[in-house]
Amino acid sequence: MSAIVEEHSNHGTPKGLQRWLFTTNHKDIGTLYLLFSLTMFLIGGAMAMVIRAELFQPGLQLVDPHFFNQMTTVHGLIMVFGAVMPAFTGLANWMIPMMIGAPDMALPRMNNWSFWILPFAFAILLMSLFLEGGGPAFGWTFYAPLSTTYSNDNTAFFVFSVHIMGISSIMGAINVIVTIVNLRAPGMTWMKLPLFVWTWLITAFLLIAVMPVLAGAVTMVLTDKFFGTSFFDAAGGGDPVMFQHIFWFFGHPEVYIMILPAFGIISTIVPTFSRKKLFGYASMVYATASIALLSFVVWAHHMFTTGMPLAGELFFMYATMLISVPTGVKVFNWVATMWRGAISFEVPMLFSIAFIVLFTIGGFSGLMLAITPADFQYHDTYFVVAHFHYVLVTGAVFSIMAAAYYWLPKWTGNMFDIKLAKLHFWLSLVSVNVLFFPMHFVGLAGMPRRIPDYALQFADFNAIISIGGFAFGLSQLLFVAVVYKCAKGGEQVPGKVWDGAEGLEWEVPSPAPYHTFSTPPEVK
Amino acid sequence: MQHGRLLRKLLLLTLGMFAFAFALVPLYDVFCDVTGLNGKPSMKVAEQSEAIIDSRQVEVSFTTHSQGHAPFKVDAAQHFVSVQPGKLTDVKFIAKNISDSDRILQAIPSVSPGKAAKYLHKMACFCFDQQPMKGKEEVEFVLRFYVDTELPDDVEELTLSYTLFDITERVSQTQNVQLGQLVALKEF
Ligand code: HEM
Ligand SMILES: [Cu+2]
Repeated sequence: MSAIVEEHSNHGTPKGLQRWLFTTNHKDIGTLYLLFSLTMFLIGGAMAMVIRAELFQPGLQLVDPHFFNQMTTVHGLIMVFGAVMPAFTGLANWMIPMMIGAPDMALPRMNNWSFWILPFAFAILLMSLFLEGGGPAFGWTFYAPLSTTYSNDNTAFFVFSVHIMGISSIMGAINVIVTIVNLRAPGMTWMKLPLFVWTWLITAFLLIAVMPVLAGAVTMVLTDKFFGTSFFDAAGGGDPVMFQHIFWFFGHPEVYIMILPAFGIISTIVPTFSRKKLFGYASMVYATASIALLSFVVWAHHMFTTGMPLAGELFFMYATMLISVPTGVKVFNWVATMWRGAISFEVPMLFSIAFIVLFTIGGFSGLMLAITPADFQYHDTYFVVAHFHYVLVTGAVFSIMAAAYYWLPKWTGNMFDIKLAKLHFWLSLVSVNVLFFPMHFVGLAGMPRRIPDYALQFADFNAIISIGGFAFGLSQLLFVAVVYKCAKGGEQVPGKVWDGAEGLEWEVPSPAPYHTFSTPPEVK
Repeated sequence: MQHGRLLRKLLLLTLGMFAFAFALVPLYDVFCDVTGLNGKPSMKVAEQSEAIIDSRQVEVSFTTHSQGHAPFKVDAAQHFVSVQPGKLTDVKFIAKNISDSDRILQAIPSVSPGKAAKYLHKMACFCFDQQPMKGKEEVEFVLRFYVDTELPDDVEELTLSYTLFDITERVSQTQNVQLGQLVALKEF
């Protein structure tokens, strides 16, 4: 094993574009994933700005409704599959080998492929926006018959690009599992694994379990639309409600795919800056596993209004509420870790604390939505939009920011501009709440989602929301600036960047050398 | 290679889950059949009932509606009938193609409450076949059905609803038949 690695390190690194195109190095690939994700975050963010500009005032002013629909659809697709998921995969690539004392990912060539097919997938998706008739406009959930009977022929590009994204994430997941199972350093037993590694292992299994189901769903949409099958067409003996069952069988575990690695990140950062061990390590592992298992039996909480029988409504209501128990265990453990700790408020910790508070708000609105009779009122309103942006933006995205600030000095060897980073944090924190909190109120008052116009009584709130949106969008440019400056230079940092930090990644110098742990470390 | 075995297992799992997505389709139908959750009655010709329960009356009503812009009007001659379980009943439906062009009608039945779906047996139904109709043509269809003697006691009335689909494009796309031929065939 180590012989292969040594030979590998001797051939020197190719320079320029070739280095990035052919690289099989986990750190290079991690960097590529992270930069790709950041690009997608900005593109998807620009689409959100279009949406918020249109909704700034009632009435139709800037874009026509069909284009508005394309914006909501592609914004969702890009943020889910282009920004959040690749960011986590990038972090996994960078950190998992260093955290378990492995020289690289187990399947480096496949790793190169899983990244490099991604830009193609998104190029195809974005290109379809410029074709005649426009891109996908049926929502990121592509419900049939919107995506079959009522969509245009460019839907084929959508299907193709989702296939590629799926293949990419499955390959990434397989790589993570093989790496964690086979390449742990001697002495790195299961219950010593850092929580980020644990949560990613479980996420990878979720990915392998549900991404193929998504691939199946888009394939059925494709054949229904172009090849005359009728999976979802009642006239031919199919059933459009079945689409929703298949989609959400993927969709609900998918939302946990986007939050479990975040749990791992927060569980890593909070102990560092509380200068205490994580409270309840084992219970964190079990809570993660039970969330993952439960996530397969709650999908129909997205379908309460499709006319399910009472027994179904009740089952999915209680099962959904059950998930909040292990989620609550996690929040409790984070708070207990901070309790009486010697807390200091470095930027990664600021993002983590914001995560804990704001993600919990998202969890509570989720609980409200889980109450079947209440959901009849809330379904397809801005209340749902508020819910999933609290769990995804102040949840998943904030955790990614926290992780970036936490490990950026390790990656670059330089401390980032702390003043600028703090400004980024505070502006984001305030604006994100101005952006998403009022959505709860307009939602409860009945404003529907995915509609380019609204009733006059929602005007003031929407103007406030849009202002929050522009402020949040612009604040993210500060993040780009911080990352750029940090990559270019800055105050040198030692191997152990944060004095409370624990883990193998802090035992190598900063910046982390191109090859680490070519001989496995001994873990005691 | 030490990773080979695990890799193969994971690939197999991936393929298995892809197949599972397609297996969900029949599974869904079976599940709905067994539990009667989605109110889909059988689309096959039923056998005649052996018994009739004289002492019980069940009210069956009929509704129809066109899906989207399907240019059909179908009305039951009687909007509801009161039947004894097991007893055959005929109901006439007047169907009209309200457009000027030749169209193919497909009616999809659905029963409410859902759990009664599997107790409604049809021996003849226009929904069993695609129905080509000329522009402005009016036809009479007969539905022959009975309600199963095993129908749960708490179901006192049920509704048979037809959704009318215009499948002209679909048929000409997939089977490449000329609509004129189909209409001619029927007249023959
Ligand atoms: C306590 C935990 C949670 C509960 C009880 C919960 C419950 C729900 C319910 C009932 C809905 C459906 C609302 C409707 O459409 O009427 C929903 C929607 C949604 N949830 Fe959650 N949720 C929870 C956590 C999360 C997490 C952690 C995420 C992602 C990180 C998430 C992401 C979403 C998304 C994206 C949607 C909307 C999907 C769409 O229709 O486009 N939820 N949630
Ligand atoms: Cu869900």
